[in-house]
Amino acid sequence: MSEIDEDLRSELQRQGVWVTSMQDLYNWGRRNSIWPLQFGLACCAIEMIATAASRYDIARFGGEVFRPSPRQADLMIVAGTVTKKMAPQIVRLYNQMPDPKYVISMGACAISGGPFKQGYNVLKGIDRYIPVDVYIPGCPPRPEALLHAFMELQRKIDSQKLTGDTKAEHLDPSQPSEFPVPAFGEHDLEPAANPDMFHPPKIERQS
Amino acid sequence: MTPNPYFFILIFCAVALVFPTMPLALAWLWRRFFQPPKPGAEKNATYECGVESLGEAQVQFRSQYYLYCIIFLIFDVEAVFLVPFAVAFTGLPVGAFIAILVFLLLLIEGLIWAWSKGCLDWAR
Repeated sequence: MSEIDEDLRSELQRQGVWVTSMQDLYNWGRRNSIWPLQFGLACCAIEMIATAASRYDIARFGGEVFRPSPRQADLMIVAGTVTKKMAPQIVRLYNQMPDPKYVISMGACAISGGPFKQGYNVLKGIDRYIPVDVYIPGCPPRPEALLHAFMELQRKIDSQKLTGDTKAEHLDPSQPSEFPVPAFGEHDLEPAANPDMFHPPKIERQS
Repeated sequence: MTPNPYFFILIFCAVALVFPTMPLALAWLWRRFFQPPKPGAEKNATYECGVESLGEAQVQFRSQYYLYCIIFLIFDVEAVFLVPFAVAFTGLPVGAFIAILVFLLLLIEGLIWAWSKGCLDWAR
């Protein structure tokens, strides 16, 4: 598992010898075969479909296998407005995905509620309940933006460690794989955010 | 020396055994040394649509549905017979007209009979 010296690796590669570590092989395989969950919520889903179709062709990055079942998916693209009615279902689907799993929060709505932030039935960001790896701003983001997010995610997967103290979350037994599903309360979802996970920055307002 | 002709079958069997067991063994080893399993109530749930399932899986269906279905089929086929009748209506001799009328009346009688027997009541 020891890291290979980069100079030695490139020297060997020049001689036609390809060396790798288990970690690199593992991450290489995972990053080039991310299977997203076939799951669209609003207009961002149309852009997601365009990304998967021939013009933008997410298959170039190995992400074309949209799975209709969370059991077979690695990536959840939260594409669109998350209503409070839908939020428990999204958290449940996320819980049902096998580790390792990643989330792309696509568009202003999935990040913060977007233009519907003041709406009584719109969740103000899916990161209140599930951990998000990549955020894409935009309303809706263009397919290129989703591809960029996909490449960022690939970069993240590539940098995940297999062993040691900084190893990836899904390899750490102390890290949770499931997150509590919010329930429909009298006025709002209860809890309104996962207190163990959602720590928004405090905004200092100057008067 | 030629090997026994069944020797290749033996090789085939060995490969057929190793081919599926090797990935399973590798997955087991991976789980053992790197990735700890994290099962949970949600993850192990039967349904994967995101909505919680309600009630029992072993529910009884009413056999009434079967009767309903049979009656529907009969009258559905009747509609198939009625279409050519309607198309050829203007050119039909009186005998044919009476014949189809008798056919219709028979079916209507059947409907009345089924109705009086209570076959059309959904829940009894």
